[in-house]
Amino acid sequence: MLNLSLKELSQALERKKFTSVELTQFFLDRVKKHNPLLNAFITVDENKSLAMAKKSDQLIQSGKKFILTGIPIAQKDIFCADGWKTTCGSKMLENFISPYDSTVIQKFNEIGAVNLGKTNMDEFAMGSSNETSYFGSVKNPWNLDCVPGGSSGGSAAAVAARLAPAATGTDTGGSIRQPASLCGFTGLKPTYGLISRYGMIAFASSLDQAGPMAISAEDCALMLNVMTGHDNKDSTSINRKKENYTNSLDKKIDGLKIGVPKEFFGEGLNPDVQKVIEEALRYYEKLGAEIVNISLPNNHLAIPAYYVIAPAEASSNLSRYDGVRYGYRAKEYDDLMDMYFKTRQEGFGDEVKRRILIGTYVLSAGYFDAYYLKAQKIRRLISNDFKLAYKKCDVIMGPSAPSIAFNSGEKKEDPLEMYMQDIFTISTNLAGLPAISIPVGSVRGLPVGLQLIGNHFEESKILNIAHIYQKNTDWHLHNPKGID
Amino acid sequence: MSIKKEEIKKIAYLARINVSQEEVSKVEKKLVGIMALIEKMQEINTESIEPMSHALDIFQPLREDEVTEKDIRDKSLSLAPHSDQALFIVPQVIE
Repeated sequence: MLNLSLKELSQALERKKFTSVELTQFFLDRVKKHNPLLNAFITVDENKSLAMAKKSDQLIQSGKKFILTGIPIAQKDIFCADGWKTTCGSKMLENFISPYDSTVIQKFNEIGAVNLGKTNMDEFAMGSSNETSYFGSVKNPWNLDCVPGGSSGGSAAAVAARLAPAATGTDTGGSIRQPASLCGFTGLKPTYGLISRYGMIAFASSLDQAGPMAISAEDCALMLNVMTGHDNKDSTSINRKKENYTNSLDKKIDGLKIGVPKEFFGEGLNPDVQKVIEEALRYYEKLGAEIVNISLPNNHLAIPAYYVIAPAEASSNLSRYDGVRYGYRAKEYDDLMDMYFKTRQEGFGDEVKRRILIGTYVLSAGYFDAYYLKAQKIRRLISNDFKLAYKKCDVIMGPSAPSIAFNSGEKKEDPLEMYMQDIFTISTNLAGLPAISIPVGSVRGLPVGLQLIGNHFEESKILNIAHIYQKNTDWHLHNPKGID
Repeated sequence: MSIKKEEIKKIAYLARINVSQEEVSKVEKKLVGIMALIEKMQEINTESIEPMSHALDIFQPLREDEVTEKDIRDKSLSLAPHSDQALFIVPQVIE
């Protein structure tokens, strides 16, 4: 069960080689064994998971089986799940039991997938190392002294250590792709609006997007088939025909034009990581692709614009945590105002407070044009850069992250250094483009991810390009040592 | 432009977050750094550029204002830190 792909697990369930209950118990046992060390899960509920597995077995028995029926999936603790504690990594929601299902959870429930548990994450998805979580940091299974990346760090550690066959994540500025790179597996951020944000706790609503985190591109395609679809409950959900993302996985990539932006290979990129990325690009040439030099001239403005737009939206979204209707309330206060102030002082961590303050500042009277409007204009320039680039190439490639996994604590006290982790991922969030990170090598035993960026709604294409690489190589099948 | 201590107190008030006297200097140091990063935006002239608020330039759809979730009062109230019958309880606001 340990190293089977989602397709193989599905076939084994169908052929009754094992039941969903047995499969779920197997992964629950792995979580029980390794979670004390990795801290990948915030909530595990054996009874709930096994009850779901039992129901799935009945579905399989009666022949009503979808591909992921009976397969346990780890869910990032940002997705509301009815009756499950949903914390978003924050003290503010430490005891919040969700009264409803997010659309993503509902879709997994509908096809009879099993919720294996809720994974650890940076508080309100604000972080790149999983060190801002109120529930403690997560360890990287490849080296326990290192961070797994963030904000979907718990899901990342769970997939890498094979505590779950696959997991969900969310990506506002790189939170799926950067941890996928640092933990050596495949992670996809879809086009903005492809997956419903309903019940996914909001951070920066114009950027937030859910996506799959799994071993391979094929597994991600199967996850995506479940997660996508128009939803009336999310006003930014795109109304378009549902695709089957496995259909074109094996399509030949002869003559594929790979755009390589010079801005992704300059200052800030670790030279050893650069070598691995260049090697992967050469391998694509061997597979029949052609490299085209392109430029994304405004990429250096992506981080500054993001740190206006994301905190601005966060300051608005997080105003709901007031200690009145749900969540944490300070124990002692003098009056209503004092209750708000103390609740938010005690309930939020330092990084969340910093971003709320920055967001409040850039939106405050007199500063709106200089910051928020300016950032939205730069967002347009960045988006235009991609539009121009796609006239010359079919896909854009570069590193997912500027470095391999770094040591815990190394960047914790320096927000600016931490923000640079997303230097190659943020521009695609601003432009709303789909992008996938796949493992393509290692440096000093730690994984390196290649990022493939597609044009809007080209998930099928980038999954195909990723899959062809994975059919010819085995980097995605490497497992960290010491997690038996 | 750089954030000063007085401004931090002002935005902390607007954001309803208590920042203690001891914390202000620490917060100031970090925010000044972040604002310097943000200031890089001013390097470029964006005068004739249309601002972009949605990644796909799609407008918000409208729908009828209808009740979609019914009978969730008890479930919702049960999540409140303090509630009584059908009410969320907060400190007295009106004398």
